[in-house]
Amino acid sequence: MNYNWNWGIFWELNPEGTGTYLDMLLMGLRWTLAAAALAAVIALVFGSIIGVIRTLPGRALVLAGDAWVEFFRNIPLLVQLFLWYFVLPELLPRAAGIWLKTLPNASFWTGAIGVGLFMSSRVAEQVKAGIRSLPRGQSMAGTALGLTTAQTYRYVLLPMAFRIILPPLTSELLNTVKNTSVALTIGLMELTARTRAMQEYSFQVFEAFTAATLIYLALNAALTFLMRRLERAVAVPGYVTGK
Amino acid sequence: MFQFDFDIILKTLPYLLKEGMVFTLTLTALAALGGLVLGTLLALMRLSTLPGIALFATGYVNLMRSLPLVLVIFWFYFLVPYIGQAILRTERPVEVGAFASALITFTLFEAAYFSEIMRAGIQSVPKGQLSAGYALGLSYRQVMSYVVVPQALRNMLPVILTQTIVLFQDTSLVYVISITDFLGAASKVAQRDGRLIEMYLFAALVYFLISFLASLLVRRLQARTAIIR
Repeated sequence: MNYNWNWGIFWELNPEGTGTYLDMLLMGLRWTLAAAALAAVIALVFGSIIGVIRTLPGRALVLAGDAWVEFFRNIPLLVQLFLWYFVLPELLPRAAGIWLKTLPNASFWTGAIGVGLFMSSRVAEQVKAGIRSLPRGQSMAGTALGLTTAQTYRYVLLPMAFRIILPPLTSELLNTVKNTSVALTIGLMELTARTRAMQEYSFQVFEAFTAATLIYLALNAALTFLMRRLERAVAVPGYVTGK
Repeated sequence: MFQFDFDIILKTLPYLLKEGMVFTLTLTALAALGGLVLGTLLALMRLSTLPGIALFATGYVNLMRSLPLVLVIFWFYFLVPYIGQAILRTERPVEVGAFASALITFTLFEAAYFSEIMRAGIQSVPKGQLSAGYALGLSYRQVMSYVVVPQALRNMLPVILTQTIVLFQDTSLVYVISITDFLGAASKVAQRDGRLIEMYLFAALVYFLISFLASLLVRRLQARTAIIR
């Protein structure tokens, strides 16, 4: 293989003037983390609301929830990001469109919110499945105790449902982190984008991609570890996740 | 106010379908097939009692599942020419066409996901089936290919198809290496004629309709197989 390996490249200065190539990748990691954090919060909030709505008795609400899930699940993430980034500002009233286009870090906000909404449909599926997996008697017992529907969800159903779906939520969190890389198409300089940039500046393709691979693996391992600890911390002894 | 221009869609429709959609669908079908075959092999390797083989398969699957698809696409885009060089023992890195590069990437990437599905499927087959096969004098290969894997495939068919729908959507990511798939074609027209709104909305609609209808079919299939089991 006639490829010039140069692992010292990470300590050489990058042409952007922001320090070494390693600094450049770590800067990308920060954007990845920031985007993933915002996206995860959005996914969790909207996913929970939509997931709960889909288990309520009201017909119209269930239909609206289903529509939300189908919309965000059946369009590729890349196309969704293009819709929010290129199409939405044009369809809004002129002033709002211009405001959206000139927003500082527009690709960050669009990317993070876009990934968050995309992931919310998957979280909604999990939340719905979690609530459905509880015995019917639980919500009946809530009603029998005189709790309102809201109280039944708040004090009886959701605390259990969220504990049950923690493991799948962990993999959705990891997916959220991975999906932020799609935002490089709308100009977010996250980890994968910085890796590409490093490769273009230095021509050290495989060193750059190896470093990015290791960073993603470490990030995955760290998040998995933290989520396992969370699972153990909130486990109800003797029930489901309580081992 | 904005004027929606339907003409541009009608005019470029033959190009979008013939150049773009054919690429997308061919890539989806071949990668799903290749990924399923390779994934089944990986699943069998993972369930193997030989520690080295199981370890390799587990490592491969976990590695692929930890990385963003975009990064993997870039990896193979640059790596495949060198692999070709190593295999064919040529002087310089082999030039690989866009389609071949994308196909290799998606097959190898999806294999990891299909292997997890097939592993669950194989484990869902009762152990007695395996013993019965051996009692009949079948070899390991025969037990797997005539008894276990067919049942695993059948049990997992809805999940496999759902994963294929995900794959269909994910193929749009070849955009990052400037390949003209359906989205790539739409994007080219959008940029050439300055018709971003029409083209991206149309692309979203087409992806939505195909994925939505396919998932409805999968759900019906699931309901049918559920009764039989």
